[in-house]
Amino acid sequence: MSVITVERKVLAKNDVIANENRSAFKRNKNFVINLLSSPGSGKTSLVEKTIEFCKSKIKIAVIEGDVQTDLDAQRIDKLGVPVAQIVTNGGCHLEANLVKDALHSLNTADTELLIIENVGNLVCPAGYDLGEDFKVVVLSVTEGDDKPLKYPAMFRNASVLVINKIDLLPYLKCSIDELKKNALSINPSLKVFETSCTTGKGIDSWCGWIQSNLQSK
Amino acid sequence: MHELGIAQNIIEIVQDQTKNFSNRKIKNVFVKVGKLTNVLNDSLLFGYDALIIGTNLEGSKLSIETVSAKIRCESCGSESMIDGLAFYCERCQSTSVKLISGMELTVSEIEIED
Ligand SMILES: Nc1nc2c(ncn2[C@@H]2O[C@H](COP(=O)(O)OP(=O)(O)OP(=O)(O)O)[C@@H](O)[C@H]2O)c(=O)[nH]1
Ligand SMILES: [Mg+2]
Ligand SMILES: [Zn+2]
Repeated sequence: MSVITVERKVLAKNDVIANENRSAFKRNKNFVINLLSSPGSGKTSLVEKTIEFCKSKIKIAVIEGDVQTDLDAQRIDKLGVPVAQIVTNGGCHLEANLVKDALHSLNTADTELLIIENVGNLVCPAGYDLGEDFKVVVLSVTEGDDKPLKYPAMFRNASVLVINKIDLLPYLKCSIDELKKNALSINPSLKVFETSCTTGKGIDSWCGWIQSNLQSK
Repeated sequence: MHELGIAQNIIEIVQDQTKNFSNRKIKNVFVKVGKLTNVLNDSLLFGYDALIIGTNLEGSKLSIETVSAKIRCESCGSESMIDGLAFYCERCQSTSVKLISGMELTVSEIEIED
């Protein structure tokens, strides 16, 4: 019996393509965020609100990732923003090559902000680099304040946490302080925003963060 | 269920690394899986066994070594294991810690017949 020492990263192929995407984004001066959450936390709603708030000031393009249907892309298309839909046909997360393919049908040469909405899933997408500047995890208060502890990889790998649906807090047992404490215990450098896509509360500071990042691009 | 895709990646790496030994039987494939990668060992083994049928890896065994999650404190330098709950130093409670293991997902060794 002979042993071959390999030490090769299993996801090396994805990382190579993610770095190609990253170079393309850099060339085009695209600021890119990868939105992650469980199904229904409000990713598409946050994209819609961001577009409404920022459209007159910044050029936005969107990539939508879903297991099935182009319903989310239709919602973005209505707002007059360039959008590409990736249907994974059962795949539980986006991979860098899918984003690379989507970039063929989406002209991002003059895009300032590219938002990639990942497949709704708090587990699998955490491990896949797409070439983004930041991973942003959206957690709605209806999911409960213990979620950061149950899905640590997601909160550890993200740079930003958007706590959404805060308009529903009066009806829930969820403590926003506890939620933040749990998230920061996993990742002390997380930047945290609190939003409601229904009332629009907090969207201004979230968009302010995006704009400050565009300026430093 | 992203274990199937991961199994496929493992198989491709093994095929690439063993292409100069094409007449020799592949016996064992050793992988390291970090505790924080959310990879389920059973699903990975199931995917591997299903995907190697009809390939030159058929009959080989996937051996998974689970790597525990460990942090090093940036304040006092001590290392502690984490159970997946809180990322702080056991000794001085500092939250300024660096993850030093737990995110591995690598093919480490391949055993082939002489
Ligand atoms: N009350 C309240 N409802 C919200 C808020 N944000 C989103 N919703 C509702 O939550 C539901 C899901 O919102 P989406 O934006 O489709 O969520 P998503 O994360 O894009 O869902 P998937 O793409 O399917 O994973 C919709 O019915 C939204 O109207 C909010 O801030 N407050
Ligand atoms: Mg959506
Ligand atoms: Zn310490």
